[in-house]
Amino acid sequence: MAMFLIRRFGIMLLTALCLTFIVFFLTNLTPNLEKLARSEGSVRMSDAQVASWLENNGYAQPLIVRYGQWLGAMPGWTKEIDGETTGRCITAAMPAADAPRFCGVLQGNWGQSTVFKRPVSEILGRALGATGWLMLWVMIIMVPSALTLGVLAGMREGSRTDRVLSTVAIATTATPEYVSGVILIVVLASATAGISPILADWGWIEGRTLFQGTATSAMDEITFWNFGLPVITVALYGMGYIARMTRASMTEVMTAQYIRTARLKGVSFRQVVIRHALRNALIAPFTVIMLQFPWLLNGVVIVETLFNYKGFGWTLVQGAGNNDIELLLSCSVVAVVVVLVTQLISDIGYAFLNPRIRIS
Amino acid sequence: MSKTEWDPSQPILEITNLSISFFTRLREIPAVMDFSCTVMAGEAMGLVGESGCGKSTVALAVMRDLGKNGKIVAGTIKFKGRDLTTMGEEELRQLRGSEIAMIYQEPMASLNPAMTVGAQLAEVPMIHEGMSKTDAWALARQIVADVRLPDPDRIVNAYPHQLSGGQQQRIVIAMALMSKPALLILDEPTTALDVTVEAGIVDLVKDLGKKYGTSMLFISHNLGLVLDVCNRLCVMYSGEAVETGNVAEVFDKMRHPYTQALFRSIPLPTADKNSRPLVAIPGNFPLPHERPKGCNFGPRCDYFEAGRCDAGPVPMGDTGGDRHASRCVKFAEIDWNAPLAAVKTTERTPVGEVVLKMEDLRKYYEVSGGSLFGGGAQKVVKANETLSFEAREGETLAIVGESGCGKSTFAKVLMGLETATSGKIFLYNQDIQDTPIEKRAVDTVSSVQMVFQNPFDTLNPSMTVGRQIIRALEIFGEGNSDEERRNRMLELMDLVKLPREFADRMPRQLSGGQKQRVGIARAFAGGAKIVVADEPVSALDVSVQAAVTDLLMEIQRKNRTTLLFISHDLSIVRYLADRVMVMYLGHVVELGTTDQVFSPPYHPYTEALLSAVPIADTRVIKKRIVLEGDIPSAMNPPPGCPFQTRCRWKDQVPNGLCDREVPPVKHLATGHQIKCHLSDDILTEMEPVITIAAE
Ligand SMILES: Nc1ncnc2c1ncn2[C@@H]1O[C@H](COP(=O)(O)OP(=O)(O)O)[C@@H](O)[C@H]1O
Ligand code: SF4
Ligand code: SF4
Ligand SMILES: [Mg+2]
Repeated sequence: MAMFLIRRFGIMLLTALCLTFIVFFLTNLTPNLEKLARSEGSVRMSDAQVASWLENNGYAQPLIVRYGQWLGAMPGWTKEIDGETTGRCITAAMPAADAPRFCGVLQGNWGQSTVFKRPVSEILGRALGATGWLMLWVMIIMVPSALTLGVLAGMREGSRTDRVLSTVAIATTATPEYVSGVILIVVLASATAGISPILADWGWIEGRTLFQGTATSAMDEITFWNFGLPVITVALYGMGYIARMTRASMTEVMTAQYIRTARLKGVSFRQVVIRHALRNALIAPFTVIMLQFPWLLNGVVIVETLFNYKGFGWTLVQGAGNNDIELLLSCSVVAVVVVLVTQLISDIGYAFLNPRIRIS
Repeated sequence: MSKTEWDPSQPILEITNLSISFFTRLREIPAVMDFSCTVMAGEAMGLVGESGCGKSTVALAVMRDLGKNGKIVAGTIKFKGRDLTTMGEEELRQLRGSEIAMIYQEPMASLNPAMTVGAQLAEVPMIHEGMSKTDAWALARQIVADVRLPDPDRIVNAYPHQLSGGQQQRIVIAMALMSKPALLILDEPTTALDVTVEAGIVDLVKDLGKKYGTSMLFISHNLGLVLDVCNRLCVMYSGEAVETGNVAEVFDKMRHPYTQALFRSIPLPTADKNSRPLVAIPGNFPLPHERPKGCNFGPRCDYFEAGRCDAGPVPMGDTGGDRHASRCVKFAEIDWNAPLAAVKTTERTPVGEVVLKMEDLRKYYEVSGGSLFGGGAQKVVKANETLSFEAREGETLAIVGESGCGKSTFAKVLMGLETATSGKIFLYNQDIQDTPIEKRAVDTVSSVQMVFQNPFDTLNPSMTVGRQIIRALEIFGEGNSDEERRNRMLELMDLVKLPREFADRMPRQLSGGQKQRVGIARAFAGGAKIVVADEPVSALDVSVQAAVTDLLMEIQRKNRTTLLFISHDLSIVRYLADRVMVMYLGHVVELGTTDQVFSPPYHPYTEALLSAVPIADTRVIKKRIVLEGDIPSAMNPPPGCPFQTRCRWKDQVPNGLCDREVPPVKHLATGHQIKCHLSDDILTEMEPVITIAAE
């Protein structure tokens, strides 16, 4: 087991390095850098000035060297201009004399966001915290309902329950978040349309709407009212997919010989499902749920923008829209790590659920 | 819960006029028609017939588990006097597993992979008798010991995949016995297992049947097994019971032409490829919607009489024996003792030059210790160890042994699909050992050809049969024009006795036996000199086996081909081979002419193998030698003699030599060699395993 973990970990690190390098390369393409020079220096810089700005700020070094510095595996650049030393690790708060030699991601230096004018680590920390809450609630809602849906549908293939539930599942996956989000807002969060006015009329809800159409206030305090819609929007999309996987897996298991054995042993249908089918049927969806995380990040970008919730996705959009290279890079590092870690968990979990792999 | 009250002089199971249909979108498929049978207390009823004749459907109907589209359309199934066909779900649930239990073919698939063996066993008494968990586990442990599994404490805590196939099947049997059912249904319980393992399981089933007084419904396509296990027998053909009666009576005084044809098509010890060849049943099994009017067997029956046999449904008729009945309008008039008319006997083909020679061939596979968590230590699987033999022109050399003994690996090396680790292969004195198939000259490739076990996988499903044979001709560079090749293809179709029209058919339109004929035609397309047939008939039904075997023999006679016949079925090997090579865990343990191998002195493994083969002849008396345990894994073979873990002669060898040293090859008579430490004295004292009692 230890060997397995170490090996998987090694592979994971290598993948992370490759992927971040690719992102580094893409965000550091020359046009992006020139745009950066003009926005940081002055919009009216001549091409020669741009070149010298880049030179003075360390952007003229070879890509691989800059990547090493950003990573913190190579010493940060230093330069003497007019007797004054500048460098990657030298800032106003950190004079040249005290500056460390290395200052990259590995040292915890994620750079400075040009949009927010603050350290990236601080922005990202807050954004991830916010998104973490969103994801947590999404999972709490999505996983149990998706599994229940899938198991109920797959338990008796072709039955009416199956057909109805499968249709629901397909409909939810087929609807992208920007569509379902808008529909949900109109139906549930509008004071003039949808069901909110009716509920308000009947006096079933206190406010004017069942849910709030924006989740900004959830940054401070999460309530059913302000958080319900973004959570439902993300969860609906992922739920359909997981439910369908669970259903497929469940129907397959239900036709297995050992289910027949159980039935012919006199086990009741309920017990056949709970004791014999469930565990075998959940092995496949487990992997899917874990691999679903990265996809959820995708949905998060849309939903956070739609509901103006300042989490990871919203930050990413801001970074991308404003050519904030350091911020974008850091976001991608986070994304890569999330993807890889969830894959690792899915592999371990798979092995754990499946005795054939666990005990061999 | 108390079990059903019932008078033991009454039948346990009484099926009357049962008809079962499956309903598809297109049509109703009558799978079983007018089926009746009675099983008394303690009786074992055998159900035999070719695949697709409805055996399993009957079994599942008794369990009332026919699936969504299966329905009992007529008749009753009475279990201890209660009609199962009208019973509700809850009542059925209480019977299933407690009074009627079922075991089927694939042991691995019938066990839940995610539950320990103990939990699966203990569940039965917990459901039916409300037993406490501790008691149930204790009982599970005891029953595991009862089915003669070693180390029950470890086994109850194991998961199914940690056990071997034979052990899994014992667990399935244990599960069926957990609540001492009155009726046990076994659906081909040993088909997936090796013969020596099968013999152990059959022994166990018989003993348990006696010990607990359980009645059995034993389904098999193997008449020998049925003779071994059952007291009564019901032969099925195309959805109907055609003959039923007491086993000895049906075997010796059969009263239905199909039963007779079946016995003539299986290789009994009295059959001989030259003087008394097998007689295949002509034609094919009718599909349910293509059944003829009147007697289903009519189109294939030698005694068919128009106007009588095809007049209308044939009822079961009592023959006057011991509850012996036959579904044939003419059973009273047929002369059942008439000798087999006009069998064509042939001359024994003389063997020619040595065409193939192997010297000290070894094939090792490197496999990584490879579980997901394993460190990946390299292990060596010794699939073939120092193989030496030669094969002559026109000769049939059989290679026998159980799964994993290295038969297929040997074939692959010979074909050049794998290269040997060391040793030499000479084809007409040309060393081809280091030449993989891509590099072999076309005539080498076309002269060594293979017929595979599974005719279903080896034909391209989207190409007509004729086209596939022409492809093979093109590859082998046969024929100068398309016209010539087309003609050659038609000749090949004649050679394998397929109608020429079949050239334009797709593989899916052919039956298993017909597909295998196409495989044979393809193998002979380039005028093959050596044909390796890897279990060519084991996926086919008995009646078809005879025809395909016959065809191979006939082509061999015509072309003087050397046939390497790989098989685990000793009956067929005895029938057609000139020489036999017995393999165990990669070693050739015995090699000699068929007579030498099938009579003493034997290698101890050959002896056990012979004893394990079920023979469908009431006159045969066999010595029972049941091997303990399973075949060791090739990954981890025992030290010394490969067979030492299961050998019953081991203590006849002094100084524990068997545990330490691989025995040398010992030459007994001309061309007869065995790999064993036993001294000549002991070897000469060995008794024959099979004797045929005088009539
Ligand atoms: N490609 C392979 N890699 C590793 N082991 C193999 C391979 N092919 C066969 N073996 C092993 O070699 C042994 C002999 O196998 P095989 O020739 O298939 O025997 P048989 O035909 O009698 O079933 C088995 O233990 C099998 O697992
Ligand atoms: S009824 Fe006629 S066709 Fe059928 S088995 Fe008897 S003799 Fe043959
Ligand atoms: S060498 Fe020993 S163990 Fe091996 S077969 Fe001969 S007697 Fe048995
Ligand atoms: Mg094989």
